[in-house]
Amino acid sequence: MSNDAFEPRLIGFLCRWCSYNGADLAGTSRIKYPPNMVPIKTNCSGRIDPTFVLKAFQEGADGVLIAGCHPGDCHYINGNYRTAGRYALLEKLLLQMGLEPGRVRLEWISAAEGDRFAQTVREFTEQIRALGPLRWNDQFADLGGGDDQFDDGGEAPSGDRQLEGAAV
Amino acid sequence: MSDQHNGNGGNGRGNGRGQREEKIAVYVCHCGTNIGGTVDVPAVVAWAASQPGVTVAREYKYMCSDPGQDLIKNDIKELGITRVVVAACSPTMHEPTFRKAAADAGLNPFLLQMANIREHCSWVTEDPVAATQKAKRILGAQIHRLPFNQALNPIDVQVNQDVLVVGGGIAGIEAALKLAEAGKHVYMVERNPSIGGHMAMFDKTFPTLDCAACILTPKMSALGKHPNITLLAYSEVTHVDGYVGNFTVTVKKKARYVNTDLCTGCGACQEACVVRKVKSEFDQGLGYRSAIYIPFPQAVPLRATIDPENCLTLSRGACKKQSCVAACGPKAIDFDQKDEEVELAVGAIVLATGFELFDCREEPTYGYGRLDNVITSLEFERLSNASGPTGGHIVLKNGETPKSVAILHCVGSRSVNHQEYCSRVCCMYSLKFAHLIKEHLPDTEVWELYIDMRTNGKGYEEFYKRLMDEGVNFIRGRAAEVTDFAMSPEEEGKLIVKAEDTLLGVVRRLPVDMVILSAGLSPQHDAKEVSQIFGFGCSANGFFLERHPKLEPVATVTDGVFICGACQFPKDIPDTVAQAGAAAAGVLTLVNNVSVKIEPTISYIDPEKCSGCHVCVGLCPYAAIRVNAETGAAEVVEAACKGCGVCVAACPSGVPQQRGYLDEQIFAEIEGALVV
Repeated sequence: MSNDAFEPRLIGFLCRWCSYNGADLAGTSRIKYPPNMVPIKTNCSGRIDPTFVLKAFQEGADGVLIAGCHPGDCHYINGNYRTAGRYALLEKLLLQMGLEPGRVRLEWISAAEGDRFAQTVREFTEQIRALGPLRWNDQFADLGGGDDQFDDGGEAPSGDRQLEGAAV
Repeated sequence: MSDQHNGNGGNGRGNGRGQREEKIAVYVCHCGTNIGGTVDVPAVVAWAASQPGVTVAREYKYMCSDPGQDLIKNDIKELGITRVVVAACSPTMHEPTFRKAAADAGLNPFLLQMANIREHCSWVTEDPVAATQKAKRILGAQIHRLPFNQALNPIDVQVNQDVLVVGGGIAGIEAALKLAEAGKHVYMVERNPSIGGHMAMFDKTFPTLDCAACILTPKMSALGKHPNITLLAYSEVTHVDGYVGNFTVTVKKKARYVNTDLCTGCGACQEACVVRKVKSEFDQGLGYRSAIYIPFPQAVPLRATIDPENCLTLSRGACKKQSCVAACGPKAIDFDQKDEEVELAVGAIVLATGFELFDCREEPTYGYGRLDNVITSLEFERLSNASGPTGGHIVLKNGETPKSVAILHCVGSRSVNHQEYCSRVCCMYSLKFAHLIKEHLPDTEVWELYIDMRTNGKGYEEFYKRLMDEGVNFIRGRAAEVTDFAMSPEEEGKLIVKAEDTLLGVVRRLPVDMVILSAGLSPQHDAKEVSQIFGFGCSANGFFLERHPKLEPVATVTDGVFICGACQFPKDIPDTVAQAGAAAAGVLTLVNNVSVKIEPTISYIDPEKCSGCHVCVGLCPYAAIRVNAETGAAEVVEAACKGCGVCVAACPSGVPQQRGYLDEQIFAEIEGALVV
């Protein structure tokens, strides 16, 4: 299918000290970037629970950005290392759930990198546009579990079943 | 508002809507045209009014103004509003303003959220339709979040009145003296054996041509003697713990191999030392010092230091005479001295760590380090200084007087290859050099090669005018090359500066005897590591990052840590001194309070629910989670928790929760961001 008319819905989890301020700097510098991502602030990227990402997909997001301080720059010493560790596991989990690689992205963006923030959103928007809509809830609806929580013990769909329904 | 900040935060994960009906008020700010010019504010307001729980939605030109804040206050009082969202600028900007307004009207400030529709929306989005939709999403996230917000109370912590100042250049000296005069005890940590920084090396200061030493050394000496100042020279900060008002700082005192309590600074040891040809750092390698040395006569503290790399005893145990030991009357020399660690408890910190000169070897076309008589600006400062290695005589390497000198501006600065920024001081110090050369050597021809002349300070343009009348030649054009390859008899034995004279439109070859490179100012080589020790970061150009470029130029994102002087960005002495005063005022504003309020967005663990796996204990970066010996449950040490939330995300059962960032609050934000 053509994805030209598709406007991805993106959620961006930003740590308060680096990436959120980087996004602010993009603003004060008036750097334009696509409007597809809504930022959500946490104190540290280490606060970003993998279930936040799953929740975003469940609610209809097509892609999720996680952004924190550069390695070594964490305001909380090493919270971003926890983020990096969890992200590696999350990627595998999402793959097993049938998501295409690339729907989640981890970036280190400092408070001084407004241009990098804008560029990341530009790239990520195009990346998800190319992947197409997620339509995850439709797939869950097929299985009769569309509105349930993931941790409610609902039967997880097999990878093959997922891919059939996914817009790939 | 029956919720207590330590009440049950509710550990349910994403269990839909809030349990109680809240009365939410929404305010959308136009910010003049900053938001209203792009975002269709009335449409956002109309949409917000239709959202669940929203009692009232209003717009206003400037919400941060008094009438704007009054809107919020009146609605809280008259409509019984229980939750507020202000859609305006970044919370970094005005969250404190609006939270205070809410508190003034009797609403707990943590029941107010901001939706950042300026920095994150109107300023970055071109299409008004898309911007309006994004504004609704950003606002929607906060409207959905609010029912889950709890009333929180800031935590009061005691403030230690003592202050640490790092860096003993003019910035640090000024800040330390101001704080000490205000009655605070100041610890001054300086990396070098003496305070004074770059300013102590200068000859004159522009544009008034005051002698730098005459205005600096009295301050250095006052600092050294001040009863409220503890000077830790030849020392470095290695670690910082704690938080605003309560920092614990570890300082490494490097071994001087001289007992500073006994040393009188007489200098007999440096006269006696057999190693006499060590290039002097203070003289930029143009002069020599001994292995045991006092960097310059006005050094503070006036104490000797042995440089272990060059001392024959310390480097290879081979000094037969040990003449310094014999020469030292008070027997202060101690070859067994070791580095020492001291711990300081302070309430606030000022960083004034200064700059480094751009390394001119990185611009090889100018031949620095390869061609004789191509020198840096700092080398010229020492050359023209009466206390310098030549006694103030401006001479070539062979001792002769230069008949012509070219001063090359913007070396390393305003360059796509090196530093993009203008270093702000080079034009003026280059003009000062031209004046000093003309003063010392009236018959010497002086050429200034500049891109643009930037003389934007009090009396600066006048100084430039004065130099034009003093017979200095100005060529508008950046030098392309410095070479010793002669193409005509008059170029023989000279340095030839090639440059395009952009006013005449010709390429010129200037044969001169001496070339001065007006090098730009670079960040300290370890600026990044130092900023990490103190918990903040650097700008893209490598200088310390201030909290806000306009409104908080001397604060950092770490509460209680301030910056001033050239460590923030290149600046001249007047600006540095002004900033040092601002940093001192920032410190006083903080430490003059007995206590300070810190954010209560820290973690808590319900002991009833904790199964005692202790995954969180090892993950906490601050060792703020301990195990209750009786119950086996993990518990948060509130004073140590800084609210990163790592434990919350890590717990397999979702037991720890972070106040202000509860799972359900974030879940609700996600839902709200995706409703339209």
